[in-house]
Amino acid sequence: MKRVAALVAVLALAGVVTWLVWPSASEARGLDQRIAVVDGPADDQRVELDATFFPAAGGGKAPVVLLAHGFGGSKQSVRQQALRLVQDGYAVLSWSARGFGRSTGEIALNSADYEVKDVKQLIDWLAKRPEVRLDAPGDPRVGIAGGSYGGAIALMTAAYDSRVDAIVPQITWADLADALFPDGGGQGPANGVFKRMWAGYFFGRGAPVQGGGAAQGLGAAQGLGALSQQSVPLTAEQARCGRFLPAVCEMYQQVAKTGRATPQAIELLRKSSPVTVAGRIKAPTLLIQGQRDSLFPLGQADANAKAIAAAGTPVSLAWFDGGHDGGNGEADWLYDQTAGWFGHYLKGDGSPVPERFTVTRDGGRDPGTRQRIRLHPESTAYPGLGGTATTTVTLKGPEQNIANPPGGSPASISTVPGVSGLLGGGGGATNLSVGLDMPGQVAVFESAPLTAPLQLTGSPSVKLKVYGKGQVTLFAKVYDVADTAQPPNLPAGLVSPLRVTVPDGADSVETTVTLPAVDYRFAVGHRLRLAVTTTDMGYATPVEPASYRVGLAAPALAVPTVSALAAPTTGVAWWVWAMPLAAIALAALILATGRTPSRRRILTVRDRRRTTTAQQDVSPDDVLAENDARTVTAQRDNGRSDTIAKDDRHAATAQRDDGRSDAIVKDDGQAAAVQGNGGSGVFVKDGDPSGAGLVPGEVEPVSGEEVPLEISGLTKAYRNGELAVDDLSFRVERGQVLGLLGPNGAGKTTTMRMMMGLIQPDAGEVRIFGDRVTPGAPVLSRLGSFVEGPGFLPHLSGRDNIELYWAATGRPTADARFDDALEIADLGKALERAVRTYSQGMRQRLAIAQAMLGLPDLLVLDEPTNGLDPPQIREMREVLKRYARDGRTVIVSSHLLAEVEQTCSHVVVMHRGRLVSAGPVSVLLSAATSTNGHGPRLEDVFLDLIGEKS
Amino acid sequence: MTHGSTNGTANGPGTGPATGTRAGPATGTAALTGPGAATGSTTTSMTRSATGYAPRRTLPLRVEIVRQFKRRRTLVMFGLLLALPWILVIAFQFGPQSSGQQQSALRISDLATASGLNFAAFALSVSANFLLVVAVALFCGDTVASEASWSSLRYLLAAPVPRDRLLRQKIIVALGYSAAAVICLPLMALLAGTLAFGWHDIQVPGTGETIPALDVLPRFGIVIGYALVSQLVVAALAFLISTMTDSPLGAVGGAVGLWIISTILQAVEALGSLREFLPTFWNTAWLDAIAPELDWSGMAKGASVSVTYAAILIAVAFRRFRRKDVVS
Repeated sequence: MKRVAALVAVLALAGVVTWLVWPSASEARGLDQRIAVVDGPADDQRVELDATFFPAAGGGKAPVVLLAHGFGGSKQSVRQQALRLVQDGYAVLSWSARGFGRSTGEIALNSADYEVKDVKQLIDWLAKRPEVRLDAPGDPRVGIAGGSYGGAIALMTAAYDSRVDAIVPQITWADLADALFPDGGGQGPANGVFKRMWAGYFFGRGAPVQGGGAAQGLGAAQGLGALSQQSVPLTAEQARCGRFLPAVCEMYQQVAKTGRATPQAIELLRKSSPVTVAGRIKAPTLLIQGQRDSLFPLGQADANAKAIAAAGTPVSLAWFDGGHDGGNGEADWLYDQTAGWFGHYLKGDGSPVPERFTVTRDGGRDPGTRQRIRLHPESTAYPGLGGTATTTVTLKGPEQNIANPPGGSPASISTVPGVSGLLGGGGGATNLSVGLDMPGQVAVFESAPLTAPLQLTGSPSVKLKVYGKGQVTLFAKVYDVADTAQPPNLPAGLVSPLRVTVPDGADSVETTVTLPAVDYRFAVGHRLRLAVTTTDMGYATPVEPASYRVGLAAPALAVPTVSALAAPTTGVAWWVWAMPLAAIALAALILATGRTPSRRRILTVRDRRRTTTAQQDVSPDDVLAENDARTVTAQRDNGRSDTIAKDDRHAATAQRDDGRSDAIVKDDGQAAAVQGNGGSGVFVKDGDPSGAGLVPGEVEPVSGEEVPLEISGLTKAYRNGELAVDDLSFRVERGQVLGLLGPNGAGKTTTMRMMMGLIQPDAGEVRIFGDRVTPGAPVLSRLGSFVEGPGFLPHLSGRDNIELYWAATGRPTADARFDDALEIADLGKALERAVRTYSQGMRQRLAIAQAMLGLPDLLVLDEPTNGLDPPQIREMREVLKRYARDGRTVIVSSHLLAEVEQTCSHVVVMHRGRLVSAGPVSVLLSAATSTNGHGPRLEDVFLDLIGEKS
Repeated sequence: MTHGSTNGTANGPGTGPATGTRAGPATGTAALTGPGAATGSTTTSMTRSATGYAPRRTLPLRVEIVRQFKRRRTLVMFGLLLALPWILVIAFQFGPQSSGQQQSALRISDLATASGLNFAAFALSVSANFLLVVAVALFCGDTVASEASWSSLRYLLAAPVPRDRLLRQKIIVALGYSAAAVICLPLMALLAGTLAFGWHDIQVPGTGETIPALDVLPRFGIVIGYALVSQLVVAALAFLISTMTDSPLGAVGGAVGLWIISTILQAVEALGSLREFLPTFWNTAWLDAIAPELDWSGMAKGASVSVTYAAILIAVAFRRFRRKDVVS
């Protein structure tokens, strides 16, 4: 057992050490390059791109992934992701786009004339690298991944360069004009409402800081740095336009001033918009879009997906928990999706490809870690923002007057770009935001409390009726209202702006509003609230004060749902009920099989003994000469009873002791007499020295008289195999006071413990009043015991101890004879004190009193006189004699031979676990007298017996 | 033993015919009992046990409760558990007051002074991880081992209290004390918190949402119930060690030590979902009961893991103890 444990420990240690020492994969070394490219509409602008090329970790020719960074980042932003891809067996090229990092040139917003040409030349450069796998000369196996600004270049490049084999654009736009000038009324960017704050971040020097996903990585940190650092003095031009291309700068300055998109601006932005060229994309595309993204909301990915799919190119779409407004980011999950996509389409390693549509949903909290967990339900088809089905929720609310405040301030708040993600992104639940609407600026329409949960996936729509004059700018949003004190949630903090024009001559106009696309679950009992406000902090709103009236043209909110996305059943895991049942069954098995003591150990002992027996059988003549336990066994095999065997052993002992056998061993006649008494009486009596209540040996009962104690063949081994008690047999009759003698380690206490059922014998048995002693055998109730010192609860008084002990036996109080017992203890007032204050002698007396509770028929006392003073010893002696005289039986072990001599009628001498002698004290003494001239001292006899006589 | 004639079963280890001859019923007892014996004998020949003895009456629960209750460590532990909420109240009263401005990420400790219910949840959360574990380990780990160390175990067993029954009664009482400990702390915290901070609706940690007090009160019962179930593992573990050792502190310390190791392992995220099967992993699942949406799944898993471990550990304890050589 110990060896097994040690082996396990060593193995575990070795494992841990190996794991710690195992060389971790060496850090991939990137080759910094400055790659010269030529671009511009006329291909005349020379730009140096700062790039880093990472050969694949495995060496050889590997597919290559171009990693593009987000706006405001540089090639350093994607370093971590690059290293990860390198470990996965891809060569990686990361570069700082023109106008970013250490690259030269100016930002052209991923224009086909500028950035796209740059990347095509990067692919040319890659085609010449020996580390890159080629599909054809000049055509490397290449994929592009990137987030936001980097996602757009992936799409744009794939559209313009057919060598691209797979792309994973993340949180990026389809139509930059539409993203910056959204119109919930569906009339396009020309009619859109300017997304003022986001555009400001986008075009300002301080780039938006929100990292949307893996591709952003370090970008977030850099962005933060960009916000706080402003060290280098700027030239006037730099201060005005930063590193933007002048044309872009001009366009921005114009639209930002008016808040309206000019056709020229739309044209310029469209040149940077993948949706216009998405039909040309042949590379399988995994679009990953953030659910918390008020800059490039899910609708942008929707547009991309539809445009690319229309050309027959494989497209998958994932809505993850992240985006420009924060959220979790799910960096690891995004990486897995990306790696799976590239694995399938670049490496061709058969990686499972993400399904056509995957949505990250809140899976509640992990009860173990208290972290949010996310589920990723999938659908084999992308249903679009209209869902696969529509649930109509009835809204109620009168037409309400709302006003646009002069200057558009104060404004309602839904999302604060670049800030809300920083402050609330990590802590709260997913898709939860608190909107703030200004009184007087908001019209509210509410549903009844939901009777069933409603999982919204896509863009709800509602038909509004707007009263007013001219152009009316409104913002529509859907809140989740719980009927508690908590504020309503605005899913993902998204709002849908719309601009409607009330025709001249009419006082109102009806319009269908497409609300923001989200994936959100409305719980039972919650209500949906449509809020229509006149202002929103993130958007440019009219400066002129105006008032409108808003009502529902139809009281129905169309809520798209996607039933195919039903989350994988999160019902109770099978093991939740199976495991406890199995455990209970196992527990029952453990208990059922453990009910009877295992015989295996006993059998082993027996087998061992039998083996030795067999050996002894070979030379039976020698056996007698040996004084060994085996002798006994061997002779027993000769068909003789154990009584005889024992006597013979005595003979052997005696022989060794120089012919003093006659001193101890019964003569043949006695042995024969014993044998005649049913073959079980070991204890041979020769007269009755004490004369107290002894059953004469001659009238040995044959009909099953209850022998108080009968021990036969009792054997108990220590753990190391040494025998503590070795084939011990003796018998005690009613009325005897038996002294159990033996030097330390003779096995007396072990024998007594076996009498009490505390220790299970390896072989043999103890019978008390004919009943075999097992742990907790009922017959033990007739046994009073005091073994190896007192055992009391130290915090209780002596009386409480005694009374509670008796109560624990469950027997009637009247049977206890407390008075008799306590008289023996003789503790006086100390009886009421806590036992911990007692002296050893007091405890000793109390323990003997406890043993005598109920006046048991058999009393077993181990060293009862230890710690008693001489008068108490004398008294104890009388108590014991008196006790036995009443027909009960007392067994006393003691070192004090004089004690035994004066107290006991019979004696059993043990040595090294074996019985050396047994018989009435008087017989032992008389035998001793006959050999030498000494007085009849038990001490001499005893020392003789155990062979220690000097 | 079919070949007893040649193999010495006459002296065999208790299964042979030689012993069988002695095993007959003691029909002759009454006739052979001498006049002296008649006065003192309390036996009946039918059962061979002392009159009035019945195994199922041994060690009644009330006896065991009294035996344990008067112990100093029982009283000290309950005193500590009952005093802790008041100590916390005082600490909150004297501690530097926050400006009242709540942070966006509300921790359970930030909300402790919001109401009596919040305070009780806080008190439970700070004590469930260690104090209650120690308390439960103490009551369950001490119960057999201390008897062994006092040597009183052998007298109980020789009384005789059957071993299974001894363990059964002991674990019932120990679990009872443990339950009392786990229950009394949040109840006292509820009382102390209500007196100190008033009876208000509970504010949920994390989101700061509010649940009406009356709604959450039955949920509080769930919390306490779950805390009880989740402590079953500690109880069973301590109880098992208690049956194996003579040292009460060893049993308590061993259980707490293993508990701590499990807590440490739980922090190793590399173990992934294996951690779900650590006995400590679901310890805080009761927080789901005071979330706006009552979520049973975590508590169900936690209870499942807990019951699983407890059932096996207790079964092993019984099995071992049944066959154990009591040498203390």
